[in-house]
Amino acid sequence: MKRRRIFQAVALTVGFAFLYAPILSMMFFSFNNSRLVTVWDAANSPTLKWYVALFRNEQILDAAWLSVEIGAMTATGAVFFGTLAGMVLARFGPFRGRTLLSGMTTAPLVMPEVITGLSLLLLFVAMEQAIGWPAGRGALTITIAHITFTMAYVTVIVQSRLAGFDDSLEEAAMDLGARPARVFFRITLPLIMPAIVSGWLLAFTLSWDDVVISQFVAGPGSSTLPMVIFSKVRLGVSPDVNALATLLVIVVASIVIAGTLWMRRQERLRDRETRLALAENK
Amino acid sequence: MNEVQAANGRAPAPGLAREYVRVDRVTKKFGDFVAVDDVTLTIGQGEIFCLLGGSGCGKTTLLRMLAGFETPSAGAIFIDGQDMAGIPPYERPANMMFQSYALFPHMTVAGNVAFGLEQERLAKAEITRRVGEILDLVKMAPYTKRKPHQLSGGQRQRVALARALVKRPKLLLLDEPLGALDKKLREQTQFELLGIQERLGVTFVVVTHDQEEAMTLATRIGVMDRGKIVQVGTPTEIYEYPASRFVADFIGSVNMFEGRLVEDEPDHVRIESGELGGTVYVDHGISAAPEATVWTAIRPEKINIGRERPEGPDNAVRGVVKEIAYMGDISVFLVRIDSGRMVRVSRPNIVRQADDRISWDETVYLSWHASSPIVLTQ
Repeated sequence: MKRRRIFQAVALTVGFAFLYAPILSMMFFSFNNSRLVTVWDAANSPTLKWYVALFRNEQILDAAWLSVEIGAMTATGAVFFGTLAGMVLARFGPFRGRTLLSGMTTAPLVMPEVITGLSLLLLFVAMEQAIGWPAGRGALTITIAHITFTMAYVTVIVQSRLAGFDDSLEEAAMDLGARPARVFFRITLPLIMPAIVSGWLLAFTLSWDDVVISQFVAGPGSSTLPMVIFSKVRLGVSPDVNALATLLVIVVASIVIAGTLWMRRQERLRDRETRLALAENK
Repeated sequence: MNEVQAANGRAPAPGLAREYVRVDRVTKKFGDFVAVDDVTLTIGQGEIFCLLGGSGCGKTTLLRMLAGFETPSAGAIFIDGQDMAGIPPYERPANMMFQSYALFPHMTVAGNVAFGLEQERLAKAEITRRVGEILDLVKMAPYTKRKPHQLSGGQRQRVALARALVKRPKLLLLDEPLGALDKKLREQTQFELLGIQERLGVTFVVVTHDQEEAMTLATRIGVMDRGKIVQVGTPTEIYEYPASRFVADFIGSVNMFEGRLVEDEPDHVRIESGELGGTVYVDHGISAAPEATVWTAIRPEKINIGRERPEGPDNAVRGVVKEIAYMGDISVFLVRIDSGRMVRVSRPNIVRQADDRISWDETVYLSWHASSPIVLTQ
């Protein structure tokens, strides 16, 4: 019994260490005074100087803002197209080309990023020569490229949410006199909202940390944050990257924790209401 | 069941009501599977018409075609004289109550009920008034602010009914309306449904697999089997005069004996049955070829059970009591007759305690009145 408990404790520690030691050491070194990332300057640490340097670094701030913009546009576009595809796949029954559509929308999930990036680059170049659009490469081409691969995730999420709820709800709305468009906005959309929100967040995250595809389709002056970090690291890791990464981890972690807590609260509230209502009817 | 049928005394005589729904040679195929097979049907205004059948008999498909969710592969549907071909669900004068109730989970009770009226673009005050009225009618007024997940099964059922009725449809389609309720609640709700229907004069088309539900609710029943309507009639007609072995067997329980027509007169027939080990005398004529194979069906409650052999050569057999099931209001006896067949007999428990109760393994005689047997040729 006791031995088992020791084993569990060790396994847990080793597991967490494996997952989080790199992140923790990175956070730790972001407070290091030394220019050398791996040498701890005990005399003058901890310090916030790299955080100060970070907020003075125009290049990083611009890249971060560009990443936010591209992420938001990508997520919105992916949610739009992904929801359309998810609706068609979940609600329109069997139609000619359904299997093809379903395969094609989910293919980017397994497609190597290098191939997606390369093919998009070739397409954009060819299109520019043929019709003059998109003119050059930059934020627009990155966004389009990101939409094509993040849309697949949204499609899958929306489709599974739609498959999970009773389609007689939509029929009931139609039966009560609502035209299809109204049925969608009053019934379907509110019901798949959680899927759309998580799809949006997922698309944003995927776009936010994509390097490979962005590298292919980016143009001069349109470096996203991961691209900047990547190129900085190639010239030797500077401690301000540590500071930046630390901030990112904190932001992401707090969003995830807040979201989880909120969802748990909603669930508990709903459970309690159901129990109360049932108890009352006894 | 007899008391229940008495409740149907209020039923308007069929044929007097104005035709409201006409299903004209409708067929529905899903690929190779024929769900509804050449069905023709008329339903009068103010009727409660029950489509009764086992699962997969096509009753729900027929209902969904009335609502407009499915398109007939052939044939036409008329509601109030208007051809429904190409008319979408949101423009039909019918509302449906779904088996799952299909309440919108993100809206309150009041929101659910108001939804249909909002589609008609009525004034807010008018919507509030009508929602209040209908929720009063189904006794859900104290729960207007609740969400569906905070309601019990019976309450959800009422909200679903209110939501369908608030639009004041001429035709209400109900898919297994009481299926999700427990027995007590179901009986109570049946009578409430009848009350509401009478007050509003709506035509009801009810789909059910529960014959008791159909018997209680319906002015007429259409029995369906494998996509076809096999018999249409009042509950009494369906129960007492089934048109085929399928209907006789499906509605209530029945003892069925295969036999041969040996005497065929205009005022009586006599049937010889090996399965019964005796002859059956029926006090009315039937239309069948002489010497034809026929089936005699006798309902369990129409068989007498006693220790003395009744007089006369017909309509009596001897047997041994094998099982007795005491159900409170009635007792059901399973008797093995001399031919080896088991026969089901039910007797009401009129007195509280009888000293000379028939008991297990007793030899008894089963007999019935000459008007009781149903003679079936198909």
